[in-house]
Amino acid sequence: MITGIPQSTGFKWAYKAYVTLFFIYLALPLATVCVFAFNDSVFPSLPWEGFTWAWFFGNDAPYIGVFHERPILRSIVTSGIVAFWVSLLAVFVGTCNAFLFVRHEFRGKGFLYILMLLPLIIPGIILGISILVFSSSAANFLEDATGLWFDGLRPGLILVVLGQFSFITTFATLVISARLQKFDPSLEEAALNLGATHWGAVRAVTLPFLFPAMAAAGVVAVLMSFENFNTTLMLVGSDAPLTITMFDRLKLGSTPVLNAVSLLLIVVSALLGLASLLLQKRED
Amino acid sequence: MSSDRSKLAFWLLMAPLLIWLVTLIILPHVGMFLVSLREKVGVREYETSFANYAVFFNEPLYWNTFARTAYMSIASTVLTLLIGFPIAYYIAKLTRGRTKTTLFLMCLIPFWVSELVRTFGWMILLRETGVISNVLQYLGLIGGPVEMLYNDAAIMTGLVYTSMLFMVVPLITTLDSLDDSLIEAGYDLGASGFSILREIVIPHAMPGIVSGCIVVFMLSLGNYLTPILLGGKDSLWFTGLIYSQFITRFNWELGSAFGFLLLGLSSLIVFVGLKLSRQSLGKTMAQ
Repeated sequence: MITGIPQSTGFKWAYKAYVTLFFIYLALPLATVCVFAFNDSVFPSLPWEGFTWAWFFGNDAPYIGVFHERPILRSIVTSGIVAFWVSLLAVFVGTCNAFLFVRHEFRGKGFLYILMLLPLIIPGIILGISILVFSSSAANFLEDATGLWFDGLRPGLILVVLGQFSFITTFATLVISARLQKFDPSLEEAALNLGATHWGAVRAVTLPFLFPAMAAAGVVAVLMSFENFNTTLMLVGSDAPLTITMFDRLKLGSTPVLNAVSLLLIVVSALLGLASLLLQKRED
Repeated sequence: MSSDRSKLAFWLLMAPLLIWLVTLIILPHVGMFLVSLREKVGVREYETSFANYAVFFNEPLYWNTFARTAYMSIASTVLTLLIGFPIAYYIAKLTRGRTKTTLFLMCLIPFWVSELVRTFGWMILLRETGVISNVLQYLGLIGGPVEMLYNDAAIMTGLVYTSMLFMVVPLITTLDSLDDSLIEAGYDLGASGFSILREIVIPHAMPGIVSGCIVVFMLSLGNYLTPILLGGKDSLWFTGLIYSQFITRFNWELGSAFGFLLLGLSSLIVFVGLKLSRQSLGKTMAQ
């Protein structure tokens, strides 16, 4: 913090006002979405018709609340399943990558590291269509060659999981590598001196040390998977995850049910985000 | 014996990385490039040619949309930088302790929420029956309802909002590492606020500015939700064209060519940005 620099009070005042305005700008859309989840009206807009819980718990048309709206509940479950698999795969591959890049020296390491970062700079839509094109040609080829059906390679949940996994793994790798770099290898050597096998030492000493980072990477992966739209849009089949269902509803016209879902999403993602920060903070 | 085992361990670690990169990144992009070179000449008959790219250059709608997407993305990047820089400076240099952590968290939270929810918020605020129009009428500033959605300004508001975090975080990181005494020394030597900003603060923050700009530009270029929902049906955005070629028209050859052009533009900007600032991809992305 800089002190002792003379600045006119007018300037200071204007600066503070600007910062305040900025935070109002940040909070405004989210606050609006939340407030209109409680409006007793079939449109999420003014005038304010009074407070209601109907958009959460209501069961009489047109006030069907989130908890009675089957398509939305189903898509939340779908999103959960996708997020689970993406996070599991991303943490597993991310941990392997971290060991590879931190512990091993080999030819082409720099090149592979750049390749590993590439998914970050490929727009999500392109990632989606390239996987769509590739898996469809693979499916056509395999079906022509064997006469069997390969539905897993057609748009659907498997492709959605693979598509999200393809870029979320990079984040998992970065988070877990950062933690592994702080590890003191002499701890592992001590375990080896005490008679542990190599894998035994990794399992008993290194993995527990890495655990907070792996958990944080898992939480971040769930968060990113839940809110991913671009890649999912190109790969989705008949079972739509939550963001796709909400998008289809939004195009048709919005009802406060969407506000209620959004409010739940805001609460859950804020909690998950804070959890990942706390996990990463515990490392230090 | 032990060298065999460590070799085995090495390849076991290498396998997931290679499977991931080859099957989900490299082969799909090579495949997409090959599809973009296919020209349909009959039923299930294809020839290799640049016909799909020729379609792009011969149809003004396509390259106009491409150019429009590019300059709107540049404009949103510049706006995000101008709006975000004072905020990052305030958080990094003029606050400390708990206030600093709180403000930083307040910047982060909106971005953990799905982009769809954020865009939905702007739709409720900006539309004709929306909150801002109603408030302005209530205050007597306007006579009737005003439609603020479905124009370029709405798209811009949404894009800047959506990418703000990716500008502010790298800026705060680099500004944090600037020694306060350098700024104070500048004042002691009689420099004005503006020349300190130009001579000390901005040169030091350059790595953060570059990585922020690169990420924001890429995100705007590849954005789909914001232009489609806030810009309405007539808003042209290149990702929208790609989507309609793939899903609505089922013309995968042309769609792949479009995809490759977008990827090319985005990679070019990243490359030029890194070269100009003499930074490596690894360092930039780690922020």
